[in-house]
Parts: sequence; structure tokens; C-alpha cells
Amino acid sequence: MFPYIANTPQDEKDMLKAIGFNSIEEFFDDIPKELRLNRDLNLKPAMTEAEIKTHMAELGNKNQGKDLVNFIGGGVYDRHIPSVINHVISRSEFYTAYTPYQPEISQGSLQVIFEYQTLITNLTGMDVSNASLYDGASAVAEAAFMAVDKTRNKEIIVPDNIHPNTLRVLKTYLRFKDLDLVIVPTKEGTFTKAALEEKISKNTAGVLVQNPNFYGLVEDEIEEIVELTHKNKALLIMSVDPITLGVLKSPGDYGADIAVGDGQSLGNGLNFGGPYFGFMAATNKLIRKMPGRIAGQTVDKDGKRGFVLTLQTREQHIRREKATSNICTNQALNALMASVYMVALGKKGIAEVATQSAQKAHYLYNQILEKTNFKPVYDKPFFMEFGITSDIPAAKVKEALLKEGILGGIELRICGDDFKNGLLVAVTEKRTKKEMDQFVQVLEGLK
Amino acid sequence: MSELYFTKKHEWVKVEGEHATIGISDYAQEQLGDIVFIELPDVDEDFERGDDFGVVESVKAASDIYMPISGKVVEINEELEDSPDLVNEDAMTNWMVKVEITNKEELADLLSEDQYKDFIEEE
Amino acid sequence: MKKYDSLIFELSNPDRRAFEIPKNDVEEVSLESFLPKESLRKEAPELPQVSQVDLMRHYTNLSNKNYGLDTGFYPLGSCTMKYNPKINEDMARLPSFTETHPMQDDALVQGNLELMDNLDQMLCEITGMDKMTLQPIAGSHGEMLGLMLMKAYHQDKGDTKRTKIIVPDSSHGTNPASAAMAGLDVVTIESKENGEIDLGELKDALGDDVAGLMLTNPNTLGLFEKQIQDIAKAVHEAGGLLYYDGANTNAIMGITRPGDMGFDIVHLNLHKTFTTPHGGGGPGSGPVGVKERLVPYLPVPFVEKKEAGYKLSYDSPKSVGKISNYYGNFGIYLRAYVYILSMGYNGLKRASEVAVLNANYLMYSLKDHYKLAVDRPCKHEFVLAGINTDIAEMPTVNIAKRLLDYGHHPPTVYFPLIVNEALMVEPTETESKEMLDDFIQAMKDIVEESKNDPELVKTAPHTTPVRKLDEVGAARNPIVRWKPEE
Repeated sequence: MFPYIANTPQDEKDMLKAIGFNSIEEFFDDIPKELRLNRDLNLKPAMTEAEIKTHMAELGNKNQGKDLVNFIGGGVYDRHIPSVINHVISRSEFYTAYTPYQPEISQGSLQVIFEYQTLITNLTGMDVSNASLYDGASAVAEAAFMAVDKTRNKEIIVPDNIHPNTLRVLKTYLRFKDLDLVIVPTKEGTFTKAALEEKISKNTAGVLVQNPNFYGLVEDEIEEIVELTHKNKALLIMSVDPITLGVLKSPGDYGADIAVGDGQSLGNGLNFGGPYFGFMAATNKLIRKMPGRIAGQTVDKDGKRGFVLTLQTREQHIRREKATSNICTNQALNALMASVYMVALGKKGIAEVATQSAQKAHYLYNQILEKTNFKPVYDKPFFMEFGITSDIPAAKVKEALLKEGILGGIELRICGDDFKNGLLVAVTEKRTKKEMDQFVQVLEGLK
Repeated sequence: MSELYFTKKHEWVKVEGEHATIGISDYAQEQLGDIVFIELPDVDEDFERGDDFGVVESVKAASDIYMPISGKVVEINEELEDSPDLVNEDAMTNWMVKVEITNKEELADLLSEDQYKDFIEEE
Repeated sequence: MKKYDSLIFELSNPDRRAFEIPKNDVEEVSLESFLPKESLRKEAPELPQVSQVDLMRHYTNLSNKNYGLDTGFYPLGSCTMKYNPKINEDMARLPSFTETHPMQDDALVQGNLELMDNLDQMLCEITGMDKMTLQPIAGSHGEMLGLMLMKAYHQDKGDTKRTKIIVPDSSHGTNPASAAMAGLDVVTIESKENGEIDLGELKDALGDDVAGLMLTNPNTLGLFEKQIQDIAKAVHEAGGLLYYDGANTNAIMGITRPGDMGFDIVHLNLHKTFTTPHGGGGPGSGPVGVKERLVPYLPVPFVEKKEAGYKLSYDSPKSVGKISNYYGNFGIYLRAYVYILSMGYNGLKRASEVAVLNANYLMYSLKDHYKLAVDRPCKHEFVLAGINTDIAEMPTVNIAKRLLDYGHHPPTVYFPLIVNEALMVEPTETESKEMLDDFIQAMKDIVEESKNDPELVKTAPHTTPVRKLDEVGAARNPIVRWKPEE
């Protein structure tokens, strides 16, 4: 029988009898005969746990990844993940709960969201955070909609050095709402005020800055860009890697209006692209324009502190087509993972992770420049990810590294033909000197 | 002397010369329950009759407020930003916006107080 | 533990640590030596510092204030809160899957791609569609994508006038919100009293400006839309497309298929029908399936099976593009894949049959104490129109809150909007007769209490970790983050 179906044939008989029916088939009488599927679904018969384990192990073994040393980044990073995270999210009171619509029996989920919002605002230096969004790319799109809604303008400006997938997602979202996307060419990999000045106008709703940008470079004209954006009455959206905020200036420090990003770095695994979550924080005055759930503190009948979903009139179930977004659920469990991660690390730990990642990345970078024929794609300050290039196609470089069990990075040709042989290399705190020395050794040996 | 009018969407309009003060009716505030937020337009914004110019929110509902007549906003009741509950206390004195009327002829299409009373009784 | 009332920030002690990373084994140069001083923050962000014991106890205590499916019955209508099998969780945590990066070369992730391709085919078979995309991250995300596909299809045919989407007034609030995200205008049509489409109303609303119709079947009242073939014919003849909101798929697996009913686009909620956990509000997964003529518009990339193996292809000039960063919530749809394998063709059909049996058993057992919205056999869920007022008066909200004291999660309340005092009940197939009987008894007891001791019901809940919360206060003066006392 099926372990997830409790009722037995005897139960079935008793139940039918109790309500005056003869067979389950009677409940389906109203489906027109010609619409009935008069055959079995073309699927395999049920498998037991043991059979599934074998099948999944076989399937998993067709992947390579778990025993490889990972230098791939592009917004998704291989980091140390504290054991406590899996133990917290494995509590089924968290993972088998629905959205906290009944606050009296959902104080766990609601307080988790409230704490998450606090952690995210402290990290980003913003006033308010929502309970999370789908992912980093759709968070950028939602932020663009907020800017459009707030300014009543229709144009979003982005530099060409953002994550190519973010750009793809933004294009799709904006196109269907008949909004305009203006792409600003960057200079030597970074976004300049001068470049923005050529495009910004009274029609601009929002300007996006990604820091560090897709090439790993630390943007150096953010203050000027924020000032210029605000002078044009547009909103400044800053997309950030949350780990870097352990040491880098926050969106709040720069005076950004909305901070967004992908939360994968915060204790979430690689998971072949998902589930991760997007985070979004903003200034106080934008709170009612935010998409998604927000938890708020209040008191119960007896005056005891408690939490509820609040400002719900922004949301789809009340505002329908006028809602700030159609998002219902968020990525609650991934946001919980991020909360546990931030708490496990604490103030000191997050600074250490960020610092070590940057220091190790610079060790590898310097070793490569010193010992091999590879050159930097951009010779500019970067954080923990950098582009290198040579006469050898990046695919070949990756192949050589893979032979030594190393995933070498991302081929930069995905950003355009200018980057023909470019390879984007990410280094996290998890990488060791030995692994990096081996990376350099492989590059040295390439001819 | 001011004249008082109502709409079928439960706004009231008090006309004094070229200006009109607009709010929502007592019946409307009662239907909404505890008002938690009121969004008002900017001063100098122009509206046509029937445009929505703001939102009144309770915990589980949000209602647009509509312009009973065309006009340009000359003043908003800023007090409502921090104390939206004032509308629950007294909907008829706690106004929302003052406008400069563009077309006085539109007033003829509004309801009188008595007509409005009959209208809500039928609802 | 019921008394536990600390926020993690209140436990912080700057000298405690819950986790440490290994010491740096390369030279520790100062950040200022390679980054501009202006790019660095003055102080690290304020994150709490606690011991590992404090951390575990904090979250364990919070979890004790939560109600999950593993705690008890969860009959939320339209949410399909069925048991989340544990093998799914174990399989989703296999390092051979979790430790693959989305930017790895196709050759290194053949297992992942094969799983995606297999799941695509399984879901197509279950729904009767031709091709699926797994990219949407939630049901609402799938809905948005489905409507984008609809719009892209019409635009590609040069039919740019089609900007309206018809939804019945019994539909979920996400339908119009998703339409707005796709740049479509919603036209709501009135349903008949039993929630079925009024064919006359529909035909009046159809025209050359209509992109399509969004529908669930069975509908929100748990009834099968018998005229679905006429509806499909009318919509198609008017040049529109038919969109299936898969919220109610749990009633029909192996019995009938949206593709055979005439639907062109389908979205599924894997976190409903296919047992992936709700997670307290995500992560979900909302694959979208389409008929052949809409395949060119699906998002990129998609999995292709070549002789050399599986490949992610971006070659699709008419594609709407991307709607999420990578390939959707891989770790979630992997769980759905495992579920389908566990059930097989026979198990999925049995699941739908028992889900429908359980719903009818509840509905007919409650019919004397509550008003039925429609007195006709239901599918996997049904709607009660509040308490039987011949016995007692009690608003639905109070009945729901009183159920908490009986240890049951309440049904969905005040939805669909077309039924007054609605209680929408969906038991799912995973609940036993004993559990259903316990719920029936609780529902009957509450009717008795409403008659004999209405105050008890009106002031409920009495036994939960917190009592009725002040939502008005929370909305008037939003406190949405913790701040240290000044």
C-alpha cells in the first residue's frame, strides 16, 4: 500500500456507508466521459524508499561537484556552512508549517521573520526589510517596479556590468509592463557618474548599481551616482552580495533608497541554482511600496509581546490587481537559514568571513600575476572575485583545472566577445592555500 | 454659506466659493472599521472627476477615494498621516483634501445630504 | 517553554561565538592595502553574538510556538496541506545534488539535467501538456509567467489588441495581481451560485481584445466545471487562450487532465499537490506547462537531450527570456520528483481518489451543523457557508479561532468571496478516518458551545502561546525591526 495514504479499504467502506455512497467513483460522476483518462498514467509503478535511494544515488553520481574544489562564483558561492543551520531547518514545526496566517499558532515563524528583518536592516544599513523574495534577480525587478510606482516614471537605468542573468530577468519583467530599460556602458568595468549623466533624465525612475559588480570590482563612484540620481528625483537601487557587507560600506551608508541582493551566500548551499532567496530593504518612506510579507511587533490581549503579518493591504490577497506585487509566499525557510547563519557568525564572524575571502582572493590573484602569463581583465580594486585572461581559451583552462579536481570559474565570454578568453575566478574563505597553490600550478603548466 | 454634497462612492464635498473640501462619509468610515493608514495626493496635483486620489486602509481592506469633481489640490490634511484614526472619530470634520474647482457644473451631478441618506438606506 | 519570550538580540554577548571558521592560512594583509578606504565601513554590522547552545535553544523554543503538518491536521482549503515525506528531504540533501553550482558545465551536471528532463515528462503526462518549464519559483511566479506566455503568443501573431484577461469572481487574489505583473488588464465575470462559469457572461466578455481566461478546475468551491468543453470552445473561437491555475490538481491526478479539457497553459504548485514542504511560506515551485504552439515562448534555458548527453539550451529567439536567476528551485522540484516516484501511476490516482473521499466524508458529516455552500458531491475540497443559524449564531472567524483550542489548524476562512462566512476545507488524502472524526467532533462541539456558551467561543483562543493579537496597533504604528533600548 501507499505509506502516505492512511485510510484502508475498510475505512473507505465505512466512510462511504456513513455518508450514503456506494463507491468513490460516484464522486467523479460529473466529469464528462470523454474527458476521463481511460488508461493508466504512463509513469512507473510506485517505488519503495530503498529503490528510490538507489535510483537517486545513480542519478547523483552522474554529477560532478561534491568532490571538486570550487572557484566558481557569479553570485553563488561555496562557503563554510555551520551545522546548526540544517538542524534548525529540519525541525518540522518550521518546514511543514504554512504561511503564518494564524498568528496565535505561528509565533515561531513570525518571530523568525521579525528577527530576519532586523538582521537584514542591520546588515544593509536600511530602515525596513520585507520577509524575503524569490531570488536576487527578481528582487532587482521588484525594486525597479517600486521605483516606477514611487516616481511615476517609466525608465530604469542599469550599467552593463551587472550579473547577465539579472539583466535577462529585468528585461523580461520590464518588457511586459511596457517599461523602458536603459543600459549604460561602463568604463574599464566600473560604473561612472559621467556615463550615467549621459542617460539620466527627468523620465528616470530608478538607477541600479551592483557592488561588487559582476566582474568582482568594487565600484568607486557610488556616492556621485547616488547624488546624481537623487538630483533627478529618481531612486537608487543597490544590489549587493550580503557577505561583503561584513566590511564594505552598506547601501544605507551610501544613501541608497532600496537595497537588494541574493541571499545564497548567507548559509544556503549551492543547490544547482535554488532554492535561494532574494532580500530587499528600503528607507522608511518606501515601506508601503514594498512587495511581499512584512512581520510587525504588537501585543496580545494580555499585553504580551507578539508578532503578526502587517501592512497587508499592499498585498495581492487584498489589493488584487493594484497590489505592489503578485508575490504570496516568500522563501521563508531560506531566509531562516540566512538568519541562523548571521546569528551563528555574529558581528565578528561576518567581518572575518568577508575579510578572509578578500585576503585569499588577493593571495591567489597575486600568485597568478607573479607566476603565470595570465593578465587581469581589469586592473582595478576588487573584492573576492576577479577576471583573468591569456592567449588560451578559458574552456581549455577550465579543462586543465578540472583534471586536478578544480572548478576553475566562469567563462567571461557570456558577457560578450570582448572577453574572449576571460575567466572569472571567485575565492571564498573556504579555499585553502594548498588549493590555491594548485590552481596556480595548473595555470603555470599551461602553454 | 457652504453647500454640502455626497457621492455614491461615499465621499462628501463641502463647497465654499471656488474651493471644495473633500472627505469620506461617516457611513464609509464605519464600513471600513479601524482606519490604519490614509494616503493622500501631493499639493498642486490635478485630478479629473472620478480619478482616484488616495487610499484609505484598514487592517484587511484598502479603499480608493475618488474625486467627486475635477480640480487641483491646494491643501491636504497632514494630520491624518500620523493619526488616521481621526476619521473614525469624526469623518465629517476630518477632511482629506481641499481643491480648487475646475468645473462648477459638475456639482449638479452630486447627491444632496437627503439623497445620500436615502441611497445608503437602500444599500 | 510556553513562557519563552526572548529575541535573539536580547541574548547577545560580545564575547560569545556559535561558530568559527578556520584560521586564515595565507598572509593577512590589511584590506586598506587593496581597497579604497572610502569603500570600507567603519564598524561591522550589528549581528548578535551568542553561544551555540543559546542559538539552538532559541530556535527550538521558537519552533515550539509553531504549528506544522507534523504537529496535526491542517485542513486549509486550496492549500493542499498533505504530509511531507521524509525521503524527499533526505534525497534533497544528497551532496551529489546540493554541491553542484548552477554555472558548472553541462557535462558535469548530467544527473541534474536528466532529473529535470524526467520531471518535465512526468508532469506533462500528469497534466496532458507538451512541455514544461521548471523555472518559476512559486505558484504566483508560475502564474505570472503563464500570462506572459499568453501575451507573448498574441503579440507574436501581431494580435497586440489582446490585453484583457478574464477571471471569475471566485478566483484567488493572485490571479489579478499576476495579470498586472504581465501587463494585462483583468475583467472579472460573475460566477453562478455554485461557482461555475456562467457561459452567457463569459461569451459577453469575450472579444478580439481578450487574451484568455484563467480558471481552476475543480473550481474554488471544489466542484468540477462540467461545461469545460463548451468554455474552451468559446474561448478558442474568440481567439483567446485557456489558462489552468493548478491549485486544485490534487483532485484529478490520473482521472482527468487539463490538457485534455482544452487548456493551453497550466501551472502547478509542487508545494501543494506534490508534497514539497511549505516551509512556513516558501520556498515553493511553480512549473508551467504548455501546448505545442506555446513552446517557442518558454523561458530559457531548457534541457535538450542530445546524443552526447543533456544540454541546457538558450537557443530560442521567441522566448520571453528569464524570470529567475537560474533553473528555478532545483532542490524543491527534486523533492516532487521523488514523491512521484514513490507514488507511481497507481499511487497518484489513489491519492486523488482518497483526497476526494476524505473531503466528501467531512462535508456530509458536517451538513447538519453547518450550511453547505453547494449540496452536491465535491472533489478534494468544499466550502461551508458558516454555522447552521437554525442552531446558533457565530461568526466564522470565531469558529476558526476556537478550533485552535481543539488542536486543529482552522480551514481557510472568508474565501472564496462569493460565499458568506465561508469556511473552505481541504483534508487531503494523507489524513486518517480517526483524524477526520476528531475534527468533525470538534466542529460539532463548537456549534454546541456557540449555542450554550457563546462567550467561550468569541474569546478564543484560550490555550495558544499568545492570545488574540492587536493587528490594528501593528498597522498604525509599524514596528518592523528590533532596536536596542535607548
